[in-house]
Amino acid sequence: MLFRVFSKNELKNLYDILAVNHIVGPVSKGCNKNSTALYDFDFVYDFEELQLEYSATIHSLKRFILPAKETLCSFTLQKNNWQKHVELNAYKPIVYFGLHACDINALNKLDKVLAGKIYPDPYYAAKRNNMFIIGVGCTPQPFCFCHSMGADSVLHGFDMFLTDLGDSYFAEILSARAFECLSGITCREPGKSEHQRFLEVAQEKMKRFTCHVDTTDLTKILDLEFQADVWREWGEKCLSCGTCANVCPTCYCYGVEENVDLDMRHAAKTRHLYSCNLIDFAEVAGGHNFRPHSHDRLKYRYYHKHRGFVEAFEESLCVGCGRCGNACLANITVPEVIASVRGKEGYHG
Amino acid sequence: MVKLPFVDVLADKKNYMRKDDLASFEYTYQAEITNVYSLTKTEKLYQLQIIDPVERARFTFKPGQFVMLELPGIGEAPFSISSSPIRHGDIELCIRAVGNLTNFLTRSPRGTRVGISGPFGTDFPVEEMQGHDIMLIAGGLGLVPLRAPIFAVLENRSRYGNIDIIYGARNPAELLFTYQYDMWRQFDIDLNIIVDQGDASWNGPVGRITSILEDRIQAAENIGKNTYAIVCGPPVMFKFVCDMLIKAHLPTQKIFVSLERRMHCGRGKCCRCNIGSTYTCLKGPVFDYWSVMNMKEAI
Ligand SMILES: Cc1cc2nc3c(=O)[nH]c(=O)nc-3n(C[C@H](O)[C@H](O)[C@H](O)COP(=O)(O)OP(=O)(O)OC[C@H]3O[C@@H](n4cnc5c(N)ncnc54)[C@H](O)[C@@H]3O)c2cc1C
Ligand code: SF4
Ligand code: SF4
Ligand code: FES
Repeated sequence: MLFRVFSKNELKNLYDILAVNHIVGPVSKGCNKNSTALYDFDFVYDFEELQLEYSATIHSLKRFILPAKETLCSFTLQKNNWQKHVELNAYKPIVYFGLHACDINALNKLDKVLAGKIYPDPYYAAKRNNMFIIGVGCTPQPFCFCHSMGADSVLHGFDMFLTDLGDSYFAEILSARAFECLSGITCREPGKSEHQRFLEVAQEKMKRFTCHVDTTDLTKILDLEFQADVWREWGEKCLSCGTCANVCPTCYCYGVEENVDLDMRHAAKTRHLYSCNLIDFAEVAGGHNFRPHSHDRLKYRYYHKHRGFVEAFEESLCVGCGRCGNACLANITVPEVIASVRGKEGYHG
Repeated sequence: MVKLPFVDVLADKKNYMRKDDLASFEYTYQAEITNVYSLTKTEKLYQLQIIDPVERARFTFKPGQFVMLELPGIGEAPFSISSSPIRHGDIELCIRAVGNLTNFLTRSPRGTRVGISGPFGTDFPVEEMQGHDIMLIAGGLGLVPLRAPIFAVLENRSRYGNIDIIYGARNPAELLFTYQYDMWRQFDIDLNIIVDQGDASWNGPVGRITSILEDRIQAAENIGKNTYAIVCGPPVMFKFVCDMLIKAHLPTQKIFVSLERRMHCGRGKCCRCNIGSTYTCLKGPVFDYWSVMNMKEAI
């Protein structure tokens, strides 16, 4: 990996170099009722809009790479005949400016399922290939437990990663294209003191984590506690609304639907992101529902993320971003659910 | 200013895939409904033929696998292939009308063009079963996925030992493939049928499938060593049947089941088919019972 440092004034130049492309980044979205600033990812049209010091975004990047609703293919219908047209819905490269490590890790995890060797998902893979990612260091929030999930730092899956050293940025460079971009701005190789500062920043960040999840032997504990009463208790609180999956950067399950146009000459197949907490998720023909209760479904979501995915890929399908807990109307958070399953009621890190 | 090029290749270079290669994963064979036979009030047998002769000849599947059948604009759903593997792209699907797509199909005449993708999923290891006795145990619609392995075994009948089909249905009117029973018996297959409720025409046994299974287990010789079992039926049936087989000392890895879950992709993506955290469409639908015991909420 190559390292460079550049002064903070140069960031605008870096932005301008990339600005012929579409840029998506964290922008301000007003405040909540406690006057806490809110942020979300959106298209950025002006450098001033880009809020690189954002705390966290409400939604993940899914809107851009796994849209809530996406047309997978269209059909032209003729009498007794039809043609299928597949459109991958990727038309332009997009620059993602200012992703935190957790969100880049989330993409890396999604890649394992959606861009792997077994049936890659063409719609995802095409968009994923056309991402240029600039990561940026973050400040742990009270709800962040990415450190426990091993997602607080990221080693691959980005083009450039910026760490704020005070008056300059320390850039980790992973791709030739990112290297080219930097040739357009004034930057230099970091010296010894900057190496030192970079490591200090990492240590300071580590000290700020207040929320932890104990993942030791978690896969086994989830198996052992499959029938535990705590699941029922959480199930009683859960509204089965699916908001958690909606905001989660790693939830990818979906349903497919087909529709005929009113002219009866065209039809389309659409996928909608779904949530395993919704009641009919596992209902099959004949009306049998394999997960009829809200606790069955809630448990399944945890089971898939913290057991099944670990079994398949040796890592969990949760990056510890805390979005699901923040968005949940019933105040169900991952750290509390896991602590309770481990038998540590009221555990708060 | 750096204008990024549109990248056409997957990030993983070893996997070198252009946009067109990626789109090929969404390829759908066009097939035509060549014949439809009514089997019962709700089930029909559809004979389908892949239209392109080259594609038809190249289409191969193993007994137990399924296809996704699509009617553009109406829907797409998984169905087990119930014809013989040697017939390639001339396939038969036995379909129960339960919803959108399946009811629309019952109104689709011969000549209707449908889309087929697949085959997907795991299969019954009929080759491994050579030299052994086989018990095929089906409840209701569960006979459908067993028809392909039955055909596969009949192609090489002499390589197998005793073959028992134990089949239970609610009543005689719901029995599937009645026209084939004589043919199966000619191939020296022991066909045992039981119904929950008889009617005037019925002179076979009446009762639960487990009662005949008990008899067959008693009659079988050294079942623990010589026998493979294949089980498919409604969710409640699996546990009773498999428990009996295990009590009879059948090793769990010689019992195969075909499980049904909701499926929206067949490709290990949508998660709808997950059991615990196992994808039924990739690791299944055919599982050995050892795997089933290791999955939460499987049966
Ligand atoms: C591996 C496998 C093999 C199958 N083989 C056969 C077969 O050989 N013959 C047969 O008749 N049926 C088979 N099925 C069941 C068949 O897929 C469903 O009957 C079919 O999906 C119903 O589609 P529909 O559009 O008519 O129903 P819908 O109108 O979509 O819904 C009717 C009911 O079916 C459920 N359902 C919807 N989509 C699915 C789905 N994709 N999978 C399961 N349930 C669903 C709904 O929850 C609802 O209760 C199989 C299922 C699987 C998973
Ligand atoms: S499960 Fe919750 S904490 Fe984990 S990645 Fe998803 S939204 Fe973030
Ligand atoms: S956990 Fe919370 S957000 Fe998720 S479905 Fe239940 S109530 Fe909704
Ligand atoms: S059917 Fe979509 S994941 Fe199995």
